[in-house]
Amino acid sequence: MSYINKPKFKHPQMQANDIGLTRREYEGTLTTLCGGCGHDSISAAIIQAAADMSLEPHRVAKISGIGCSSKIPSYFLSKAHGFNSVHGRMPSVATGANIANKELYYIGISGDGDSASIGLGQFCHIVRRRINMLYIVANNGTYGLTKGQLSATADLGSKTKSGEESQFDNIDMATLAIELGASFVARSFSGDKKQLIPLIQAGLTHKGFAFIDVISPCVTFNNTDFSTHGYKNTWENHVALSGVDFVPMREEITTSYAPGKEKEITLHDGSVVHLHKTGNNYDPTDKENALHHINEHKKQGKIATGLLYINQSTSDLHELQETVDKPLNSLSNQELCPGSEALNDINNTFR
Amino acid sequence: MSELIQSSQVAGLSKVNDFVVKFANVNGSGSASANSMFAKAVFRMGIPISPHNIFPSNIQGLPTWYEVRISEQGYLGRREGVDLIVAMNEQTIGKDIASVVPGGYVLYDSSKVLANELLRDDVNYLPIPLKDICLEEFEKPAQRQLFKNIVYVGALSAFLNIDFEVLTGLVGDQFRGKEKLILPNIHALELGHHYASDNFNCPLSLQLKKSDKNKGKILVDGNTATGLGSVYGGATVAAWYPLTPSTSVVDNFSKYCQRLRIDAGTGKKKYSIVQAEDELAAIGIAIGAGWNGARAFTATSGPGISLMQEFLGLAYFSEVPVVLFNIQRVGPSTGMPTRSQQGDLLCCAYASHGDTKHALLFPATPKECFDYAASAFDIADRIQSPVIVMSDLELGMNEQICEPLNWDDKSQYDRGKVLNAEQLEEIEKYGRYLDSDGDGIPYRTYPGTHPSKGSYFTRGSSHDSYAAYTEDGTVYAEVMDRLTLKMKTAVDYLPAPEFSESTGNRFGLVYLGTTASAITEVIDDLAKKGIALDTLRIRAFPFHTSVTEFIDAHELVYVIEQNRDAQLKSLLKIECNIQEEKMRSILSYDGVLITAQHIEKSILESMQTLEESGKASA
Repeated sequence: MSYINKPKFKHPQMQANDIGLTRREYEGTLTTLCGGCGHDSISAAIIQAAADMSLEPHRVAKISGIGCSSKIPSYFLSKAHGFNSVHGRMPSVATGANIANKELYYIGISGDGDSASIGLGQFCHIVRRRINMLYIVANNGTYGLTKGQLSATADLGSKTKSGEESQFDNIDMATLAIELGASFVARSFSGDKKQLIPLIQAGLTHKGFAFIDVISPCVTFNNTDFSTHGYKNTWENHVALSGVDFVPMREEITTSYAPGKEKEITLHDGSVVHLHKTGNNYDPTDKENALHHINEHKKQGKIATGLLYINQSTSDLHELQETVDKPLNSLSNQELCPGSEALNDINNTFR
Repeated sequence: MSELIQSSQVAGLSKVNDFVVKFANVNGSGSASANSMFAKAVFRMGIPISPHNIFPSNIQGLPTWYEVRISEQGYLGRREGVDLIVAMNEQTIGKDIASVVPGGYVLYDSSKVLANELLRDDVNYLPIPLKDICLEEFEKPAQRQLFKNIVYVGALSAFLNIDFEVLTGLVGDQFRGKEKLILPNIHALELGHHYASDNFNCPLSLQLKKSDKNKGKILVDGNTATGLGSVYGGATVAAWYPLTPSTSVVDNFSKYCQRLRIDAGTGKKKYSIVQAEDELAAIGIAIGAGWNGARAFTATSGPGISLMQEFLGLAYFSEVPVVLFNIQRVGPSTGMPTRSQQGDLLCCAYASHGDTKHALLFPATPKECFDYAASAFDIADRIQSPVIVMSDLELGMNEQICEPLNWDDKSQYDRGKVLNAEQLEEIEKYGRYLDSDGDGIPYRTYPGTHPSKGSYFTRGSSHDSYAAYTEDGTVYAEVMDRLTLKMKTAVDYLPAPEFSESTGNRFGLVYLGTTASAITEVIDDLAKKGIALDTLRIRAFPFHTSVTEFIDAHELVYVIEQNRDAQLKSLLKIECNIQEEKMRSILSYDGVLITAQHIEKSILESMQTLEESGKASA
């Protein structure tokens, strides 16, 4: 659909958010993905999440690798800079960008081929480095852009449209992220905006590395009844470990819940994540418990979703490295160059 | 002991301030600091030296050599042949003794009797019972081992007439803050000095004499200067993966940042160093930081360069500044990781798939390592493209004498064409890849600059002037043509070639990087034979137009380089359209620095051939 220009029409009733921007101002270019692609729902969720949070679009940097998933950053927040980099290498580019300017929001978008195969090493290491960003994997279990090969997240026994069956155990990005020390790990489904939007908001607000594994079906190549990443299976088998609401810092908390039915998590900027219990007494601050629940669900053919794990007591890379408060990219000549006198002293150490 | 000396004594070499001392050691035995103490003592006596480490890719137990050329004339290249060997390694002692020129000297540990087959009658032996002396004088096993090295330096000070006060001063400098170590080290030096003085006629006829040739100069290795230059050049982000011989670039950047880049008020750091999981991530981080407006670099060597190819193509095509230090070592593959070569010229000039071209800088001295490191960040920002500084192991890891480093406090960083919020306000429609100035260099913006203007999508896929994706072949070709123009513009920002004062000779020499260390000697030696040559030192790629002019102006040029395939010559053919007949290659690729003797021999042979074939008769 790229041959037509995206309409700029703004409905007069369209409401502006706290910073005077309508949802339109959070959109990107017109999608070129297949009709019904789960990835477009992710773009829509990010647009909604950012608009509702009153995020300034230009204070966001969007970074991706290569593949269908990595096209997503084109389709939201066109006022933000984007960087569609190299296959599997988004984590390193995002690391560098974040180091250069700690004041922006960073959204990394990747896919299962991009992050679980060619870029698995980079994924592991960005988790370890604790970059303050939101990292979304649009996970469809297949290589869409090269027409439907199985990816490393495809479950054992899952079948693609061509009938190819996965003979290998899958890589579970969420459990991997938890094990490697990610401080915010969630899983969601592109078809469940109600769950995905607050998770994106919480992930963006979370200080540290936030990861969301989003099951995002590939309608063209991996949406059969035998695919564990198709709409049918995901609708039928995704189980929210807890319901999630996100209340931005600036909003008054008006919703009330029956006592004992919810848990509140206050993020570093004062925003609040409400978790509604779903009867399983799930505690997302307990790492072992989180891994246990995810694996137990998997054994039963279920997909555990929601906020799986959160730890607010870790430091991000800038805190660990004790970088100056000002962004490194804004330091002036004078702040960076030690000058000739210091150099003369150093020359003397070489004599 | 004396018997042996008597039996093998021949007329010793008689040379002052012009000889080669080589140390043969076992690596991990603590010899490195003793050997460099020797070199630095000679340097402090005002005599030009050039030390060369020839070391294994190993931590302990394998042979390692340290070769010091001493040259009053200031010839800083390597010279073939050894005048005095300190033979401390039983694994190599046969070869080491064989490498000594007739009339030369062999200093060895006589605690063990030298095998008969190691006795030559045309060299002089200087037996010192190093092990026995240390066993008697020192108690701790580690000291007994380490001080053998210091004792032979003490002995050399007597043999070669090194100013003993210079040595004790060096010990004081080296162990400042660890005063307990000063006295035992000086004691070890004295032990060696006394033993030599008491048992031999000291000094030898091979000796040193104080000079004044090093006034104002410094002795430093290229990687130290590169790390320091990066601090001065304003780099704030370094991402790297450990790889010999590039590791010490980042080590030194870190060291000087800790000293010079701490915010006085808060104690916080005005820099970030990330040890990445591999070289792909290292350059990815540097590119991400460069894209976001920080000055960023990575340092690596051949294998890392191979891994970084894809990212270099991205940075070229999406126009992101990044600085890469390539401390070249011997390839292909793992090659000889601790030996030097200029073997990455072609793979860096056109790194990555598709049509690409990268700016390369070729430093020849530590001072140039500093200057080019600092200016590489300006150039990268100016041309919005990778800049690769092509050092090598020889330059990076060996100390070399050079002019002191200097900095002009009036200079300001050139951040290139970057639009700020006010400038964006004045523009109707911003296009990231619009060539508004006609020089091929577009204007960039940093993320987060303006609420509604200046954002764009950076991509390695084909894009138009407004950074939008395109598969329109005409638009793609226009972008590629602009990039060609941009690299032409880039030449104006690169260091110009360096020419000899002499001009108008029939023959010329073209060379770059560490090959420069041999050239003065070549010119002087050939002048004595009545051969005058013009020289051109290339300092950057893409080549300055004067490179073509120089070659055109000569009947024949010798292109001297340190690789097998004559890569510089290939580049000259490709880029300057120079005919094969105009160029003769002189190559050296055994992993150690090219020597003046090799170059001279090659030129003389070539000239003789030319003469015989009548081509040189004019």
